[in-house]
Amino acid sequence: MYSYDEFDRDYVKNRVAIFRDQVARRVSGALTEDEFKPLRLQNGIYLQLHAYMLRVAIPYGTLNSAQMRQLAMIAEKWDKGYGHFTTRQNIQYNWPKLIDLPDILDALADVEMHAIQTSGNCIRNVTADHFAGAAADEVEDPRPAAELLRQWSTDHPEFAFLPRKFKIAVTGSPNDRAVIKAHDIGLRVLRNDAGEVGYQVIVGGGLGRTPVVGETIREFLPKEHLLAYCEAILRVYNLHGRRDNKYKARIKILVMEEGLESFRNQVEAEFASLLEVHNGPSLIPDPAVVKRIEDAFAPPRFEDLPESDAAYEARLAEDEEFARWCATNLTAHRQPGYAIASISLKPVGAAPGDASADQMRVVADLAERYSFDELRVSHEQNLILPHVAKRDLPAVYDALSEAELATANIGLIGDIIACPGLDYCALATARSIPIAQDIAQHFSDPDYSRLIGDMKIKISGCINSCGHHHVGHIGILGLDRAGRENYQITIGGDHTESLKMGQRLGRGFDAEEVVPAIEQLVQTYFSLRESEAETFLQVVERAGTQPFKDALYPAKEPADAG
Amino acid sequence: MPVVTPDGFRASDNIAYVSPDALPAGSDLAVDMPNDADPRTLVERFGDIATIRIAFPAFGDGRGFSLARQLRDLGYTGHLRAGGNLISDQYRHARQSGFDDVEIDDALAERQPEEQWIVREQRSYREKLAAR
Ligand code: HEM
Ligand code: SF4
Repeated sequence: MYSYDEFDRDYVKNRVAIFRDQVARRVSGALTEDEFKPLRLQNGIYLQLHAYMLRVAIPYGTLNSAQMRQLAMIAEKWDKGYGHFTTRQNIQYNWPKLIDLPDILDALADVEMHAIQTSGNCIRNVTADHFAGAAADEVEDPRPAAELLRQWSTDHPEFAFLPRKFKIAVTGSPNDRAVIKAHDIGLRVLRNDAGEVGYQVIVGGGLGRTPVVGETIREFLPKEHLLAYCEAILRVYNLHGRRDNKYKARIKILVMEEGLESFRNQVEAEFASLLEVHNGPSLIPDPAVVKRIEDAFAPPRFEDLPESDAAYEARLAEDEEFARWCATNLTAHRQPGYAIASISLKPVGAAPGDASADQMRVVADLAERYSFDELRVSHEQNLILPHVAKRDLPAVYDALSEAELATANIGLIGDIIACPGLDYCALATARSIPIAQDIAQHFSDPDYSRLIGDMKIKISGCINSCGHHHVGHIGILGLDRAGRENYQITIGGDHTESLKMGQRLGRGFDAEEVVPAIEQLVQTYFSLRESEAETFLQVVERAGTQPFKDALYPAKEPADAG
Repeated sequence: MPVVTPDGFRASDNIAYVSPDALPAGSDLAVDMPNDADPRTLVERFGDIATIRIAFPAFGDGRGFSLARQLRDLGYTGHLRAGGNLISDQYRHARQSGFDDVEIDDALAERQPEEQWIVREQRSYREKLAAR
């Protein structure tokens, strides 16, 4: 995995020094609160309901055991002993004190981490497929592109004061696990007919109050033009994106208002002139820098192993719980004899994405011992051991069980994405974590949830959609109706390469009505499915939303036209 | 009104600026450019322009940085000045985007004195990535 060079180390340390100085200047009055705000945001610091919140970047979701242990240390020393993993491959600390923040940033820099550009109107932490470098279906590891983008976008002088935030995601697989069509720029590594590797470039996707599926602006972009093309997109956006209304300031609105064709023409013209002027310097990056990055993501030294392992098979045969965990939490690895193991941060009763310092250490130890010192954070708020030999799976499972980290629910109804909601977030209109907990509790029987099968429930505590509710198979949006929390339910959302926004079923529900409504949807699905293999999403696609509306809003109460 | 240069503050020169929409004949012009102007319209007259001042109506409005880069990319080599509401923390962005100096008002100069504008020496990632 990538490790800092001299430049990165100096850079990150220096940024901490600059931030220390900014805090001092805020205190002295040299900076007004208005001026200080974007500066602290660009260092990952939010002001929340109860306290400051620090959002730390886990670039492209990859970290090592030393980094995870440092995150645990920070949680213990400066927070309440836990951290919250988010849908954007960040970790958030909800309780740090402002005066401690520079020290926390220093502690992060010590392990080659930072919180730079995790918020603010700038290019945010670049996210990537959490199975990168391990997935069997991958064309090429997307992380070198993500790291290159990280470097290019860090304190980019032109793009630090954009109309609004800007999010980039990269995937290396045709099966999109990075939700690239819901990003300002989405990139997919692909091979063209001539066998060259490049990128499909998608632009203008996003969730929030105006959900938009991103559209392809370039079918194939040669690799070496990645930065120039992104620079062209950002420049057109910076110059022409709306600044009069923050709800219309994202690039998706610009693309919609101008039309894709016109927007593309502007970008291509800017791109052509950038190449003309900068061919060579700055925008075609130094091949030595690129090579150093690519080498850093070379596959680990896998052993030559047989496809399976006798001890693993034996345990599968005799231990039902283990078999259940393997069935849900493992994903095919490209290397024979290995598996990708997902660690669910959604045990029944927990806040999705929360991990205690102790749990972080357990996971760090396992990564060090069994996964080439590598860990991943997924946008689904889970952790991943990307390279585990099947031989080691029983030991890994036992250690996880002991730390209460062996919940066998990846991809099932209990594996819920939920944003912080009203428990933490200043913008929230309703709670989301307790709703997730209630649902997980209700569906806690593992056999029942396996019977339901593939199911993504996603919950946001307001229309900003940090919990991705638009793309949930079942999406839940918490609103405030005359002082009462009210939850709107959508179905049929899809977060993959066939990205789709869910459709609203009708009027919202009170908090305590949500679980019965979900149960009702599940029962309706059971009554409609043609076989156990037909998933909830497939049934919605085949049968439409009407049967579900009829079930939720029986008799006289007509569903409104969502 | 002070101007922030790499050597520190100095008093503003009294330049008579003209609008980019109606460039007079002649040379040695100083152009006051709003941040939604199209720099391509000036290309033919670059030789006649000594100074372009780009307006920053609010410090959170970063259009001026892109405009500066566009002007430089289009081949403008004259003096480039940022004017308006930049704060000291943006001096590095201004310099790295192609500005020569930044004009600020007296109140800001008092609140953010000279030493706060001196950039900590730091290479940018752009330089790191550039082919050598
Ligand atoms: C707790 C403090 C948070 C605040 C104040 C906040 C604020 C916002 C706002 C205002 C938007 C809408 C932006 C727009 O549409 O222009 C948004 C979108 C988003 N946020 Fe958050 N957020 C917070 C936490 C989180 C967390 C914890 C996550 C991850 C779990 C997250 C991930 C996202 C994502 C994925 C979007 C998607 C919508 C998009 O960008 O198109 N945010 N957030
Ligand atoms: S969706 Fe709304 S409530 Fe949830 S974290 Fe985002 S801004 Fe806060």
